Amino acid sequence: MPAPTVLMGAVAYDPKVVTIWEGFRTWLRGRGLDFDFVLYSHYERQVEDLVAGRIDAAWNSPLAWLRAERLAAADGTAVRALTMRDTDQDLTSIVVVRADSPVRQLTDLAGRVVAVGAIDSPQATLIPLGHLAAAGVTVDVRRFDVGVGLHGDHIGGERDAARALVAGEVDAACMIDANHLAFVQEGTLPPEGTRIVAQTARYDHCNMTVRAPESEGVRLFGTLLLGMSYADPQVRPLLDLEGLTAWREGRTTGYDALAAAVDASGFYSLDGRVTAPHYRP
Amino acid sequence: MSWTPVAAVDLGDLGFGSGAHLLVQRALAGLPPGGRLAVSGRDPALRVHLPAWCRGRGHRVEWPDRSEANELVAVVVRGSADDDRWFGAERAGSALPSALSSRPPARWGLGARGALLEAGGPEARFDLDDRDLVWADIAPHLYAQAAARQWDPQTAVPWDDPFALPADVEAAVVQVMTYLVENEQAALVVPARFVGRIHPHFREVVQLLAVQMADEARHMEVFSRRALLRGAEMGTSSAGGRQSLFTLVAESDFALASFLLSVLGEGSFVDLLSFLHEVAPDPVTRRICWLAMQDERRHVVFGMAHLEHQAQLDPLLRDRLRAAIHRRHDALVDTAGLNADVFDALVVLAAGGWQPNDVSAGFDRVRALQHAMDQGRQRRLVRLGFRVDEAAALSALHTRNFM
Ligand SMILES: [Fe+2]
Ligand SMILES: [Fe+2]
Repeated sequence: MPAPTVLMGAVAYDPKVVTIWEGFRTWLRGRGLDFDFVLYSHYERQVEDLVAGRIDAAWNSPLAWLRAERLAAADGTAVRALTMRDTDQDLTSIVVVRADSPVRQLTDLAGRVVAVGAIDSPQATLIPLGHLAAAGVTVDVRRFDVGVGLHGDHIGGERDAARALVAGEVDAACMIDANHLAFVQEGTLPPEGTRIVAQTARYDHCNMTVRAPESEGVRLFGTLLLGMSYADPQVRPLLDLEGLTAWREGRTTGYDALAAAVDASGFYSLDGRVTAPHYRP
Repeated sequence: MSWTPVAAVDLGDLGFGSGAHLLVQRALAGLPPGGRLAVSGRDPALRVHLPAWCRGRGHRVEWPDRSEANELVAVVVRGSADDDRWFGAERAGSALPSALSSRPPARWGLGARGALLEAGGPEARFDLDDRDLVWADIAPHLYAQAAARQWDPQTAVPWDDPFALPADVEAAVVQVMTYLVENEQAALVVPARFVGRIHPHFREVVQLLAVQMADEARHMEVFSRRALLRGAEMGTSSAGGRQSLFTLVAESDFALASFLLSVLGEGSFVDLLSFLHEVAPDPVTRRICWLAMQDERRHVVFGMAHLEHQAQLDPLLRDRLRAAIHRRHDALVDTAGLNADVFDALVVLAAGGWQPNDVSAGFDRVRALQHAMDQGRQRRLVRLGFRVDEAAALSALHTRNFM
């Protein structure tokens, strides 16, 4: 009997993606799954190929998950989140000002210039702007479009926004919580030099999206991912590179804020078409 | 909420931008996986940074009700990633040179001897990994001695002492120095070829060879500097001399290379430097030959020590050593060996004058030097277990280039 198969899509936002998935491929094949992967230059084609059945699984950004869900629904099918990283759960985004800024709270930002990441970054653009809009605050958005189509996986836009804040070019900058810490530690942001004026509710990030119902291969894929142990020296360096210590069961309860932001900004239509103006991945 | 934190840490005003993770980590280290740590502090970014830091390290965060919160920020539930990372870790042997592994595995690689090694990592290829092949118990002691006796070529030699030599004597000095430099170059390259192949578990041997290479570097410097002290031209280099050194550098077996270089070559070199120290016509030449001789003695001691050890364990070693001498002799049989200019220069220096009697005496002294070199080689061969008559025969096959 031939081994069950899975062909997974991943977006090549960084050369390390090849190292990670070649390593996982060896590990998965050693455990009876005929696994392979294809690389995409952006998420939109990956999602389309998943829903069209050209790949079995898509290592998706949260935005790509929402689009997959909508495309599948429009097609009369369904997708589900097979697994996610432990580090994909309960993230927050923040709005930061310079320490000496007169801005004390979110509403003080009305009419001011706020730096965000790329047009398609959930954590540095869509979710924080949705947070501001929900609070009724209208701001002048300055976007840093680095790695458009990568859905914010490329850190460049967030870092450029942080630099613009330090340089005094903008009044505030949006970023994910862990990047604020990283920017302080790496020196992009001066220590004690910034103040956090707003924090979003907790949300979830990437997931391994698959079509429902799952094939035998996809089920085995999920079981094997969940069984990966940080105590295994073969996969530990790969887990470190991918930024997790354990895979978790997928959940879809953490995407409401992003869905609301996508609708409010018209990024995707309800049937999953790309409707954002000026978005050319 | 039903919290039962078993430990608490107060960060005061310290934030994660300035090292708060050290206090949290230290407090978590005392807890088992699943253990709870109440973290309090006043840094305004703590509520953002603490969970972000925990997320990346596999710790969970639980949030207090706002009403209960004073300076309590969150409760961290220790994850297992820190323990998992060290699952299957092993010590890279014992730290002490008295308890060396006889065959350290490739996976220990560049890990410090005795360190706790995380599992995984590369299989580093250090093919000289047999204790009996590379080790000598005297290595740590010799290394300490070698490190303590490093001398500064600038200050250890009386470069500015006034002296003036007749042109032909100066030319003889320049010729001998030219010969010494090319031999020192070979003496540096030979250990350099092995130092990167020796398993770092035997680090004292690596250290010793590294210092030995530094010795040779200084020898190259001071002999070159003496050659050019009064002029701008070096002496001659014969094809046969270079051929002899080339066969030395080409030997890729560690034991055989040590044997040819240290036991036979450097051993003879000690006699040559001692001779030059005696007949040197100027204070600079006398001093640099004495300094180099001290270093060379140490090089011979190490070469002898690990070969003696190996010869006791491996009765076949002597066959290989014998074959190496024959092989090198055959390779050099059609070459002239010692540069005739060097031989003549040695006679000139030993003669100390141009009267027929002076030259005759000088000639005898160089003959005596060659005899002393031969006797020394035979003594060392006997110490390695060769019979007396065989030692004499083998010594006679040694290159006429001395090294
Ligand atoms: Fe030397
Ligand atoms: Fe030497």
